[in-house]
Amino acid sequence: MANALHLENITMQFGGVVSVNNLTLDVPEGKIIALIGPNGAGKTTAFNCITGVYQPTNGLIEFMGKPMVRNHPTGKDAKNYKGENADRYVKDPVLAPTPDRITGLGIARTFQNIRLWKSMTVFENVLTAKHQRASQNVFSATFRGNLAEENRMREETMDLLTEQGLDAYKDELAVSLPYGLQRRLEIARALATKPSLLLLDEPAAGMNPQETAELADFVKEIREKYDLTVFLIEHHMDLVMNISDYIYVIDFGSEIAQGRPEEVQSNKRVIEAYLGVTEEEEE
Amino acid sequence: MKKDRNFLPSLIGIILLLLFVVLLENISALIPGLPQIFQPTSPLFTVLKKAAVYSLVAVSMNLLNGFTGLFSLGQAGFMLLGAYTYAILTVPSAQKEQVYYLFGGCAFDSSIVDIFGNVFGTSGVGGAVSMVLGCLIAIVAAGCVAGFFAYLIGIPVLRLKSDYLAIATLGFAEILRAIFQWQKLGPVTNGANMIKGFPTFSDFNITDGAGNVLVRLSTFVPFLISSICIMLIVLLIHSSYGRAFKSIRDDEIAAEAMGISLFKHKMMSFVISSFFAGVGGALFAMYVANAQAKAFTSVMTYEILLIVVIGGIGSVSGSVLATFLYVACSEWWLRFLDSELYIGGFKVPLLRNGFRMVVFSVVIMVIVLFFSQGIMGNRELDILSLIKRKAAAKPAEKKEERK
Repeated sequence: MANALHLENITMQFGGVVSVNNLTLDVPEGKIIALIGPNGAGKTTAFNCITGVYQPTNGLIEFMGKPMVRNHPTGKDAKNYKGENADRYVKDPVLAPTPDRITGLGIARTFQNIRLWKSMTVFENVLTAKHQRASQNVFSATFRGNLAEENRMREETMDLLTEQGLDAYKDELAVSLPYGLQRRLEIARALATKPSLLLLDEPAAGMNPQETAELADFVKEIREKYDLTVFLIEHHMDLVMNISDYIYVIDFGSEIAQGRPEEVQSNKRVIEAYLGVTEEEEE
Repeated sequence: MKKDRNFLPSLIGIILLLLFVVLLENISALIPGLPQIFQPTSPLFTVLKKAAVYSLVAVSMNLLNGFTGLFSLGQAGFMLLGAYTYAILTVPSAQKEQVYYLFGGCAFDSSIVDIFGNVFGTSGVGGAVSMVLGCLIAIVAAGCVAGFFAYLIGIPVLRLKSDYLAIATLGFAEILRAIFQWQKLGPVTNGANMIKGFPTFSDFNITDGAGNVLVRLSTFVPFLISSICIMLIVLLIHSSYGRAFKSIRDDEIAAEAMGISLFKHKMMSFVISSFFAGVGGALFAMYVANAQAKAFTSVMTYEILLIVVIGGIGSVSGSVLATFLYVACSEWWLRFLDSELYIGGFKVPLLRNGFRMVVFSVVIMVIVLFFSQGIMGNRELDILSLIKRKAAAKPAEKKEERK
């Protein structure tokens, strides 16, 4: 099966600190893949490399078979570089897409600490995410040259909200929603950018068990409905074991295990590094 | 589709307002013996003109500071560019020699008004048409020049965040002010001297052959131009791009992750805001009847920032309301504080020249401390729905529910 996302030897180094070390992973199309690891393991940094917030110090990221991010250590980084495979990607030109371009390619994400647009209503939050797919320029938008497109965007937004069960709240301020619904709205907003790959950064953080169970069903449901590939970071083991097809475990930036949920669950290193200490880490 | 439903009533409201302004201006000619306040020389009209000009600049600043979240203090600089562009383009060629006498004439020897004058004639209807067209083009050019400079300065500056952006744009405005006073640029900018002689608001009054005013339009013109520009800004804010601007204000990281290019949209907002600041600058030059670099100090930017804050950051109607209040207070209502006052034989203490500014400062401190949201917060004045709500509170609610 083709890979939606392919990371190869991704290393992210901040000064002397290696946050992600030589990470290689595959996210096959149509699957739900999880990336787990203890706090500070480098999960979110890996996400930020994929979404263009950071340029990885070294490595290659392919999206739908095409190289999207490619970098090698240069300048100061080259001297201090602690990772491996430093020469492997040198010959290629450096691709440096910004987060907005990566979203344009079809990768959407949510955030660990919810980042909704505070002054906007639920409806506007989703509608604004459709902006980048609109064809109108600033003049045609100002002079209402393309009302058909504007109306279509509004209809699509309404459909999306109805599907996500958020239509009852459409005129409320996004921040006034209960926590679980804010999470759901963030996912709806990400879906509005019409992604083929959805990245969820700890979608169940701060949720109670019932909300978490609902979320699991919800993620499966949208995967089916929108023909998505899902790549998620999660702390909640229930959720991860329940919905993932394949799991990667990292600790201190490096991969320590990978496999199907039941394999990972019984992996000794994983238990040592992560599962054994989850109880204490719940904060 | 809320905005489009409101569009027609707003348009009618603005047209009514403009008609009212024309009526107000001419009422002293129609009905003799009205109190002094309705006479053309009354401070009322000074205030109205200045407030019309300032409200455009305030709204343009609000577009940038309030709606896109870019804290920029370059507004006076862009007004300066607009004012000079307008002045240089419209000073009649016959007067150029006299205005630029220190530099032996202007580098741009003609004037747009004269160019049109050659086509349409210089007197009667032809003269009016050529002046209106010439001024209009000069005003648009003023905006374009300001927008172009905003684009150039935006490339390095828009990468900065909050306070740094404010410092950089403030510096830019100050540098511009210095450059425009530079003697070497005299043939273009007339050095540190003022440029005057170009068409001002009162040149738009309709006169008969002998120079007697038939219809006064000198207050109507700034109102017309400002309201058209503000309407354009409101349309922009309510469009898809306006929503993108707001998303950048609320959360840059989320906006970028949702595919909104930060640089492109910040630049767009910066250039558009500066365009309208340039137009505002041209209007300001028309209002004071001269263009002089030393008028466009950072104090002017602070004045406008103050208006934006008082009106509510992120509210267009708030900015407009606050402008009229601010200008009326500073130019008219609080003037009495500046002169000594006797009630009976009693001399009111503290009143003397400059005391107005003390009161002003106190008022501003009170507003910032206790009403930090300003007059409107980030809401908009919605007269239509206010009227509706008062007229039929319950039926209106039912209607909403049915939807």
